[in-house]
Amino acid sequence: MKAEELSSRLLGYWPELSDLCSIEKNRMLIKVRSETVHATISKLKELGFNQFEMVTAVDRGADLEIIYVLHSIPMKASVWVRTHVPRDAAEVASMADLYTGADWPEREVYDLFGIDFIDHPDMRRIMMPFDFVGAPLRKDYVDENIIPRPDYI
Amino acid sequence: MPLEPGASTVPVNEDGSAVRETVVNLGPSHPSTHGVCRVIAHLDGEIVTRAELVIGYLHRGIEKMAEHRTYLQIMPLTDRLDYVGSMYANWAYCQAVEDLAGIVVPERAEYLRIITCELQRIASHMMSVGSTGNDAGATTLFVYAFWVREQVLTLFERLCGSRLTYNYVRPGGVSFDTPDDAWIDEVRAFCKAALPRFNEIDRLFFGNVITKGRTKGVGVLSAEDAINASVTGPSLRASGVDFDLRRDEPYSLYDRFSFNVVVGENGDVFDRARCRLLECYESVRLIQLALDQMEPGRVKAEAVSRLIAPPVGETYKTLESARGTLGVFLASDGGVRPWRMKVRSPAFSNLGIVGPLCKGYTISDLIMILGSFDPVFGEVDR
Amino acid sequence: MTAFWQGAAYGLGAGIIVGVGTIFGVWGERKVAGRIQKRYGPNTAPVFGIVQLVYDLVKLLTKEDIHPTQAKRGIFNIAPLFLTTPIIASLVVIPFAAGWAPLDSSIGILFFLAVPSISVLGVLLAGWSQGNTYASLGGLRGAAQMVSYEVPRSLAVLSVVMLAGTLQPTRFVSEWRIWWLPLTFIAFVVYFIASIAELNRGPFDLAECDSELVGGYFTDYSGIRWAMFMMSEYGGLVATTLFGSVIFLGAGWPFTGALGVLVLILKTVLLVVLFMWAKWTFPRMRPDQLMSTAWKVLTPMALVQILIIGLVIPWL
Repeated sequence: MKAEELSSRLLGYWPELSDLCSIEKNRMLIKVRSETVHATISKLKELGFNQFEMVTAVDRGADLEIIYVLHSIPMKASVWVRTHVPRDAAEVASMADLYTGADWPEREVYDLFGIDFIDHPDMRRIMMPFDFVGAPLRKDYVDENIIPRPDYI
Repeated sequence: MPLEPGASTVPVNEDGSAVRETVVNLGPSHPSTHGVCRVIAHLDGEIVTRAELVIGYLHRGIEKMAEHRTYLQIMPLTDRLDYVGSMYANWAYCQAVEDLAGIVVPERAEYLRIITCELQRIASHMMSVGSTGNDAGATTLFVYAFWVREQVLTLFERLCGSRLTYNYVRPGGVSFDTPDDAWIDEVRAFCKAALPRFNEIDRLFFGNVITKGRTKGVGVLSAEDAINASVTGPSLRASGVDFDLRRDEPYSLYDRFSFNVVVGENGDVFDRARCRLLECYESVRLIQLALDQMEPGRVKAEAVSRLIAPPVGETYKTLESARGTLGVFLASDGGVRPWRMKVRSPAFSNLGIVGPLCKGYTISDLIMILGSFDPVFGEVDR
Repeated sequence: MTAFWQGAAYGLGAGIIVGVGTIFGVWGERKVAGRIQKRYGPNTAPVFGIVQLVYDLVKLLTKEDIHPTQAKRGIFNIAPLFLTTPIIASLVVIPFAAGWAPLDSSIGILFFLAVPSISVLGVLLAGWSQGNTYASLGGLRGAAQMVSYEVPRSLAVLSVVMLAGTLQPTRFVSEWRIWWLPLTFIAFVVYFIASIAELNRGPFDLAECDSELVGGYFTDYSGIRWAMFMMSEYGGLVATTLFGSVIFLGAGWPFTGALGVLVLILKTVLLVVLFMWAKWTFPRMRPDQLMSTAWKVLTPMALVQILIIGLVIPWL
């Protein structure tokens, strides 16, 4: 389903969405604050986005941006939900109560970025060893074991 | 309730007495799990009361490494993500780069991508079906399935020189054209020869009453649970959900072909394994259709420089791999290196449900259930 | 005194048969498995790969004798003997030539069915003495399976014994008739399947299945002790197929003398290939399915066969 068609369909059910969403490159994006992201996603789940495709975080320097991608099997479309969290107090509500498929991806983001997901049933590291300290994918992560790669181009 | 592995848990019965259970650790290196995965199984006799998967043994930090490499230098890293299906791992990444940088891929390259991806899908499914058979004890099936896979790997060696990690699909097209017309004839001959082999595997393994006893009714995953647990690919279709990215959200040239989507009924191990075998028939059909439609032409886009510097932006592109929805998220800051690369790995998302699903089955069933979701730990752990 | 030395000589002969049977058995297994899987088995070593087994034997003999720390040493060391010796002992009642068996006891057939049951003790001791979870699970599974499958096996042999009217091996061979074969075909099938389970082979090898339990009841055994487990398996295979050829296929029929012995060996080889064919074709059964097959499928089949024989006997 094309993004314009999806956007008009969603706005029909949820008019307040119009000041949050935008369309770029045939993709529908919704930008929310980190406190309201759980409500937004639960509303989107009711509107037919029944698969939690991905959650990832991007280190933007000033803060961390969290991007959720939700997928709808009946509508054959995806939507992005983006939010920002500060670097020091990085926490956001967990979607594990809405989707069981959010469990492991959120653990991965917690592990690699240090973002805490509130009310997650099993908040532990998943990729790194359980006694690891630090958030490796942040841009300011330092470790004396890392050998810097020469700039071969 | 979060548990550190190794911590002792003392669950209690209704009358307050402690449940006597054994904790068995199917350790990371094990002949039957499909890679390095540790399963901590709490057993009551032979019944699993709790199974927990511990992963991360193959975590190499590919996403972190990608931030320090140019877009073309990341290509070999993507080979090693899903090493059983390098072709579509490469393709997923190239799709994202082409979307970011606005590169248009010539048509012959798209056809070659489709042909190699479907051949790779056959090879990957044969590996999965063979491993399922091996877990169940039918070693002969493993060897029969690998006969087919061996033919595909030989074809790929003739095409691009490598048998496992191809680095064939590049941003802007593919790296080499077909060596000569003989390769195309070999692919057609393979398609003809593979169909009786699939029939043989179907009769030998899936028609056998012992197999049905081992796999039917084991690890049943309902459609709602599968959708909610972000399961995609043949594992989702085996639970009865009729969704395939190639047909429903077509990318590349898949909208030019018509093919069937294999949907199962019960969502047990039998259906998942059989769906993979039946998808091989559809892949053979797609290869033949693509070979008929392919015209001579360029295989690389013009003027794609070695140092790709896409404009600032983000993209997330998905494709249907042998395991499910494989997606690559790329964020660019305008430089020659990506700011962030994230791989949405289908095997990772599929594995989340395996721990809770194993509850109530025996330990032999746990091995079969884990294998039926076809995990490849290069992709799970990245 | 002569009876003692005679018995010792027969025991040594049976041991040699088991040893040679193991070498040819493992070679045959690897060749048959290879051909079923459309590949060659071992073919680099001389004589079509048979010498490969001699190389393997030398390697096993020269290996270090490893004991895990938590194993109970004494029982760990002698458990393989409990497994192998009963099989060797059971070979002395087979009537190799028409009219001659090493031990022509009047309860010979019962002897053959009963004595190898002592191997169950070996499996249990082996599994328990290693002191690790996988091994004890394997030992328990193996013991339960072996004990359960003795019932249909013995019932199947009973039906043929009813026709013959004797348990003595040489008299049995002289009483055997060719038209017993279609009459006791169900018993033959039951004997075949139950023997696969007795030997921990083929579709019923979950006690040692290497994709789940690494090695089951012989996980921590290495070197020559592991070789003794293999000897018990292939020696048991040879013994079982010899016995099956005698009981169901009539030993050296229709020839006697040296040609009869050759025909007996030929029938045995055919049965051995059949066992191997079954192993490499089918997947493995789950433990609970295995037990239910023994009690709900094979035992009723054997009882039905006994019923048929009982109805037919007044007309013979």
